[in-house]
Amino acid sequence: METIHSSIPLYAILSPLAGAFLILFTGNRRPNLREFWTIFASITQFTLIYSLIPCILRGSVVEYNVIEIYRGIALKFTVDAFGMVFALLSSSLWIIVSVYSIGYMRSLSEHAQTRYFFCFAIALFGATGVALSGNLLTLYMFYEILTISTYPLVAHKETPEAIKAGRKYLVYLLTGAVFVLFSMGFTYYLTGTLDFVAGGFLKGHGSPEVLRIIFASFIIGFGTKAAIMPLHEWLPSAMIAPTPVSALLHAVAVVKAGVFCVLRVILYVFGPKILSDLNIWLVLAYVISFTVIFANIIALSQDNLKRRLAFSTINNLAIIILGACLLSPDSLRGAVLHIPFHGFMKITLFMCAGAIYVKTRKELVSEMDGIGREMPITMAAFTIGAVGLVGIPPVCGFISKWYLCIGALKSKEIIFLFIFLVSALLDAVYFFPIIINAYFKRNNGESSGSREAPLLIVVPLAITAVFSIVFGIFPDSFFRLFTITGIVVKTVFGGT
Amino acid sequence: MEIMVGKFNYWIYIILIMVGFYGMMAKNNLMKKLIGMNIFQWSIILYYISIGAKKGGTVPIIMDTHSAAGQAIRAIDYINPLPHVLMLTAIVVGVATTGIALALLIIIYKKYGTLEEDEIIEALKK
Amino acid sequence: MISEHFPALIVVTPLILSFVVFAVGLFDRRYCFPLVIIALGACIHFAVSMMKKVIAQGSAIHYYLGAWAPPWGIEYVVDHLNALVLVSIAVISFLVAIYSNSNVKRELPEAKLPQFYTLFLLQVTGLFGITITGDAFNLYVLLEIASFSAYAIIAMGENGAQFAAFRYMIFGTIGACAYLLGVGYLYIITGSLNMADLSKLLPPLYHSKVLIAGFSFLLVGIGIKMALFPVHTWLPDSYTLAPSSVSALLAPLFTKVGAYVLIRVMFTIFDPSFSVTIFPVTEILGWVGATGIIFASILALAQTDLKRMLCYLIVVEIGFIVIGIASANRFGLTGAIFHIINDMFMMACLFTAAGAIFSQIGTRNIYQFRILHKTMPITMAVFIIGALSVIGVPPMCGFFSKWYLILGVIQAKKWVYLAVILIGSLLNAILFFRVLENAYFETRNNIENTLNNKGVTVTLDRIPKGELIPMMCFAVIIILLGIFSGKIINNIIQFAIPGALQG
Repeated sequence: METIHSSIPLYAILSPLAGAFLILFTGNRRPNLREFWTIFASITQFTLIYSLIPCILRGSVVEYNVIEIYRGIALKFTVDAFGMVFALLSSSLWIIVSVYSIGYMRSLSEHAQTRYFFCFAIALFGATGVALSGNLLTLYMFYEILTISTYPLVAHKETPEAIKAGRKYLVYLLTGAVFVLFSMGFTYYLTGTLDFVAGGFLKGHGSPEVLRIIFASFIIGFGTKAAIMPLHEWLPSAMIAPTPVSALLHAVAVVKAGVFCVLRVILYVFGPKILSDLNIWLVLAYVISFTVIFANIIALSQDNLKRRLAFSTINNLAIIILGACLLSPDSLRGAVLHIPFHGFMKITLFMCAGAIYVKTRKELVSEMDGIGREMPITMAAFTIGAVGLVGIPPVCGFISKWYLCIGALKSKEIIFLFIFLVSALLDAVYFFPIIINAYFKRNNGESSGSREAPLLIVVPLAITAVFSIVFGIFPDSFFRLFTITGIVVKTVFGGT
Repeated sequence: MEIMVGKFNYWIYIILIMVGFYGMMAKNNLMKKLIGMNIFQWSIILYYISIGAKKGGTVPIIMDTHSAAGQAIRAIDYINPLPHVLMLTAIVVGVATTGIALALLIIIYKKYGTLEEDEIIEALKK
Repeated sequence: MISEHFPALIVVTPLILSFVVFAVGLFDRRYCFPLVIIALGACIHFAVSMMKKVIAQGSAIHYYLGAWAPPWGIEYVVDHLNALVLVSIAVISFLVAIYSNSNVKRELPEAKLPQFYTLFLLQVTGLFGITITGDAFNLYVLLEIASFSAYAIIAMGENGAQFAAFRYMIFGTIGACAYLLGVGYLYIITGSLNMADLSKLLPPLYHSKVLIAGFSFLLVGIGIKMALFPVHTWLPDSYTLAPSSVSALLAPLFTKVGAYVLIRVMFTIFDPSFSVTIFPVTEILGWVGATGIIFASILALAQTDLKRMLCYLIVVEIGFIVIGIASANRFGLTGAIFHIINDMFMMACLFTAAGAIFSQIGTRNIYQFRILHKTMPITMAVFIIGALSVIGVPPMCGFFSKWYLILGVIQAKKWVYLAVILIGSLLNAILFFRVLENAYFETRNNIENTLNNKGVTVTLDRIPKGELIPMMCFAVIIILLGIFSGKIINNIIQFAIPGALQG
């Protein structure tokens, strides 16, 4: 596995940063130019990351050392297969959500748009940094940048409720960061290095008790961002943010970054071998299974559509972590595949929720009878996304869930297979009524033919819905996601 | 008994420090605090000087460099002048402190019309 | 040739120029500021060249005042530990002097400017002297010079400043006299006042009670001067009520120089093993530091005045430094020394920003900071960088010193201190986000109230460039210190740690 040195990772990360400052200086005076910077930066970033796919497919790793700060501690970018998955997801979806944001913000004439786009770009800077980071220090740095830059987005509406949600967000995530700092320090103290190694580098250092404590602290720390119960409370409250924020950040970038970091810890810091030696994986699996089931149960009771989607996200994130900690190649493949697939499907759902809000100002599921006739494209996309999340072919969710279940079968405990199946069943129970009501119930009162949301809003969600189907039939198309995840599994399990 | 008499300089300076400290902490009037601070400082100066004293030593002034018989000076005959020199500096420091403090007290008195600490705090709260 | 005399010149230049400034000020007030700039610029040159020399020759510079060799004469020593501190003091005082040019005119009448600059230079003299001297009694003298100037310059402030300065004076004199007493005890047993000499003469005497008493007095004295909990109570009142430039000068420098003196006493004069095994004061210091962090953080949360909140933050940062010292190992002490430098720049950044906010909107009440992000964007950006550094977000320098502190505490296996450091960072984060929330969000009660958002446009800060540029310099230095922290630690701080420390 060769290591290529190239500065493309650096440029890929700097482009959102540069875009952010261009947005800041353009300001409110020329909104069209400002929006142009967003689109331009997102396309640049996506192109740069996309260009790295051939190298990754060959099995090599692209590295860029920014600066060596002390022995063993450096600011360093390493693009490996796993990072590529997350980077592709966030950069491609940034383009789509940018278009969507522009439509959304302009339709609602939202305030503080410059701050919004500026923070959005910085958040992407953070998310891509997390994806491409080569060691724990760089990861921590971009993790913090992500937290801090998304705080103004969460509290965007500036109502007392929004500010309270913002505070909650900060407290949860900064406390998590403190746990991560503790674990990071201890890891460095034990091993003298922080770089990620496929299959883990903590083997042979430290006593089992110490390793268990470090692992628990990492999971608590990163798990706050990955919305593991009981540390999930910030996510439903953060739904008060504008829908594009919820869409990208909470269904895709912020929480996915949390899950990404958790998986990095499980696979690249600790590694399957240590985890099975210490038997921690079983404990974590049980804790996560609780989240899987409980989140879906709570989702059943939520009437606010975005809150229901939030709990569904919590459920899916927990599924990803569960797949990873089952320590079998197939479930890992399913878990890593679920990261982008769930991202596409969930973002479709959130964008639909936003479109419905823009057009009808409705937020509650109970009010959404008959929307299928008024907004056919939107509801079609919603149906595709929901069906995929339940795990029905041909939408991509089926593929990832298939691998997860096979992996659960092959692992030593059958109960997790049942957990996956029950969770899928509950998914159906809370998604299908929405769809049925939207199409088959009649809406009493206003109904006036087809009134879709503006083009800028509908086109992105249609695109992601179509992608969800395409990925379901040809999972290797466009981004070669299937092959890349194969490489991830091989390096983690076969590497050491 | 031996401890009392033999180290009486320590006892004196400790008592003075305590008096000064009591003045600084417990008294309400700012002027009395200042005087307490002075006593505190001066007691330490006294202590330093006292440690330079020697039994049977004389004033450390040398008339000529060598005595008539060509012998070198024996330091043991003279009391230690170094603490005295150090304490000259410390006295100057103490004087400067007192000067600044008195200037501050004048301003405070002009502003609040009183030098009692609790009254000044009351006036500040408004 | 003249470069040989830099150690003395760095103290003498501001001293003499302070009198010149006063004399000149009697005739024409406009020449005071240029003289100050010349003095401090020269000091930067001296400090930097001395630091380069120390790095190049790998050992300390010894300078004998009046060519009297120690232990009879007074010696000035520039070694790895204080070279960096000297440069920091020089840079910060220079930038704050530029900042004060326009800032102080808003708070003091024109007639008092010469006095202000005189005291400014005297203060800097004292700080340089404390850092560079190698003689214990000389340190007392310069400590008192710095303290007097501090008392007097604080008293130039607003209502209640004189009273605060008086109380500071009472408290500070206790500290200085305690230090003097400690030095006296050391002198009794060894007969020497030179620091290097003391470190050679003291080891056989480590078990004597006189020494323990002297050491205790030294610690109490230095503790008062550096605002160690619980003797920090002089700090909030005096620094809050002082003029903005004065707090910007004193807050970064005075207490950190006190921390430097603590390191000198504990690790240069006394062998590290004394503080750890023979008279286990590191235990006490650790607990004192830890309690200080938690206590001061909680008190800071209760403040509505921005400057007062920052004053409690100083106590928190001193607590961090003391925990690093109390770990008594290589990582901990590296963290402590690096944190001294970092904290100087972080506090300079925050206090200058707070002063700028005060001069533009006339209040320091946090709850009146609405729309500050639109009217003072640069200041708020600088404030954010300082805040992120205090919280400990990479790549600002604050993260790296916290990193070493954490490693040091892990190595010393003191888990309570570790928890305290982490909780302290969290409390600091909450502290700053409270301010930022008020400055960046305007609470709206009406979700649909979006149509009149074009009311206030973004304008640049209405403060003179002379105040903006030093603030921005501080922010940039914070980031640079973080990125180059490895180089700094490897080349300088590493050699400042006595070899006797484990790890």
